[in-house]
Amino acid sequence: MNSTFLPDERTGPATGPPPAPPAGARGRTRRRALHWLTAVGLQLPALVLFLVLVLLPMLFALYAAFFRWGGFGMPSDYTGGDNFTRLFQDPVFLGDLWRCLVLVVLSLAVQLPFALAMAVLLNQRLRGRAVYRMLFFAPYVLSEAVTGVLFAMIFAPGDGLADQLLGAVGLEGLGGEWFADPSTVMATLFLVMTWKYFGFHMMLYLAGLQSVPRELTEAALIDGADARQRFRHVTLPLLAPTLRISVFLSVIGSIQLFDLVWVTTAGGPDHRSETMAVTLFQYGFKRYQVGYASAVSVVMFGLSLVFALAYQRFVLRRDLEGATTTMRGGTR
Amino acid sequence: MGDPGLSRRGFLAASAAAGAGMTALSGCGGGADGGSSDGTTTVEWWNISTTEPTKGVWAALAEKFEARNPQVKVKIVQWENDAYKSKMTALTASGKLPDIFHTWGGGVLRQQVDAGLVEDLTDRTGDFAEGLLPVAKEPYLLDGKVYGIPFDIGMVGFWYNKALFRDAGIAAPPATWTAFLDAVRALRAAGTTPLALAGKEKWPGMYYWAYLAMRTAGASALQKAYDDRDFTGAAFVRAGRHLRELVDLRPFQKGFLGAAYSTPTGQAATVGNGRAAMELMGQWAPVVQADAGRGLGGDLGFFPFPAVDGGEGAVTEVFGGGGGHALRSGAPQAAVDFLKFFASEATDRELVGKTGVLPVVPGAESALTDPNLKAVQAQLKSATGFQLYLDQAYAPAVGQEVNDSVGALIAGSGSPQQVAASITRTAKEAQ
Repeated sequence: MNSTFLPDERTGPATGPPPAPPAGARGRTRRRALHWLTAVGLQLPALVLFLVLVLLPMLFALYAAFFRWGGFGMPSDYTGGDNFTRLFQDPVFLGDLWRCLVLVVLSLAVQLPFALAMAVLLNQRLRGRAVYRMLFFAPYVLSEAVTGVLFAMIFAPGDGLADQLLGAVGLEGLGGEWFADPSTVMATLFLVMTWKYFGFHMMLYLAGLQSVPRELTEAALIDGADARQRFRHVTLPLLAPTLRISVFLSVIGSIQLFDLVWVTTAGGPDHRSETMAVTLFQYGFKRYQVGYASAVSVVMFGLSLVFALAYQRFVLRRDLEGATTTMRGGTR
Repeated sequence: MGDPGLSRRGFLAASAAAGAGMTALSGCGGGADGGSSDGTTTVEWWNISTTEPTKGVWAALAEKFEARNPQVKVKIVQWENDAYKSKMTALTASGKLPDIFHTWGGGVLRQQVDAGLVEDLTDRTGDFAEGLLPVAKEPYLLDGKVYGIPFDIGMVGFWYNKALFRDAGIAAPPATWTAFLDAVRALRAAGTTPLALAGKEKWPGMYYWAYLAMRTAGASALQKAYDDRDFTGAAFVRAGRHLRELVDLRPFQKGFLGAAYSTPTGQAATVGNGRAAMELMGQWAPVVQADAGRGLGGDLGFFPFPAVDGGEGAVTEVFGGGGGHALRSGAPQAAVDFLKFFASEATDRELVGKTGVLPVVPGAESALTDPNLKAVQAQLKSATGFQLYLDQAYAPAVGQEVNDSVGALIAGSGSPQQVAASITRTAKEAQ
């Protein structure tokens, strides 16, 4: 954006203080003002939309979180931090946080390594690998609602495809109540999440793998590195930026998980698969306790924000070096 | 925007918030304005008749109405029960309701009325509402004013499979809770699943607790407890204990905690396909059983919720409700005309004859032929007490808490005391 509107900056010396304004300084100031005007004019519609549809509702949710409010009229019953106190005493919400953590850990420890393994596998010369790639990526294209309906049927206790298949190969013992059993619901949910999302991460990794220069692996080969060493010391470090982005997307996705849970279990049985977003929906849209629901949304937002900023600051910094993440770009 | 770094953070913050906002956004929409330049009025009619034959019959009735009123177009919008409740919650918050919309009356309707969103029909429907069955009009009367016109009235009771009862050696439907538990044991001993329950949806489970509370504390106790914000009375805890007795017998189908109500693997289908002997459900049960499953035909029977020994309530006190239509405030006259058309004897005869609802127009009673529905109708007419569905009679937060805490009790993680305590707490908060 800067380079588009301030092309003259580029032509100036790369180091040292800018030279003293020459005689044409006034014309230059005017030109710069015009640039700014154009920039503001072009961005105004988007800025207004962002303000009205994103920023204001967010600020309003923050405001509403301090009231007991049923969603009608304006909030008037100020209760201080009561909603938050209640929230952090509510076993369901504390459970939400715990389940969120479980999903994040499982995603990072199981889903992403699995996706990486598949990506490495499908990066090799393999008959029909385009077909495999497409097949594994296909679930990601499905909407979460369709996925949910599909798997609710597949995992229907007794009658579903899963139990029937297990029965057909003599493994009835492995079948169960899937989504209907409080002790297996999270595992089943994670299974479906993995089915749906590993293909997406696999594609990311494949793209990353293909940008690893062949010369480097060849050089390592000549130096006598075996396959494991080549992967560990050449491929993996070069894939790291992709991995970092993939981890980021996965964590944010886990924090905000809603559709899949809502369609398959609605948070049940007995809140055992409820997520923060489901709790938010229950209070906001079923109980009309919008103030309390706003408090849930504020916590969700806070978690996402803190994670996003911290991750960007400490993990993504290397990837973004050279890109403008500091105030330096603004001083000019 | 001179600093892209800032805008990127802003973007991250925004994308983080999008998850929360998304749920809010997806709840919007609907509620078209009637009236157009060519003089025709479009009336939007929101209902929950998503299953056949009702769906088709209602569509045909709308066409019939359109044929008689060429200036009016009826636009039907249909939602599945639970989705409808969520959608209406969002719409109520947005401040505009559809022209004609399904209502169960009670606390939810009161909330919409209090928000100024519902048309007072007292004067505009006086001419035809007068003759309707009084008990059917009850849920829509708020402070003596009419806010809805019924098309159905009914009650909850046990729908059972006579063949499976016979196989288990049960001679007559149980009339007391003790006999009911014995019947459950007998069915289990015969290798039959005694009851089907939609644990995922929670409201079917609430019926058990509500009925038990009515039987232990009496029909008026539930409304009184709500008005007093106190459900901790001994009779309510006792109701929970009786429910626990039932749950301890493990009477429900495999995977009931994840089961929905009207899906092909849900509660209604389980009974309709003969894989469970009973369900506690409203008068619409036979229709849904036949739609989601095969239906039981002549094997289907009905008996009222049994009396509890030593309880205050009588077996003639009914828990139920109906279906009605309300109008958004400022709805066009065409919408009132439609209500009148829908509450006419000719329409009601068709509804009773084809869709399994109970008559609200006395003249349509002769259209009732199904022996089970006749039994329900007889129960209703001789009812000595009436309690509207709790999730409709109470404010939404309290109704949901009843569903939720009873759900926990059925899932085995809540105690009878906890049910009473958590409903009381929510009722006090919601005051």
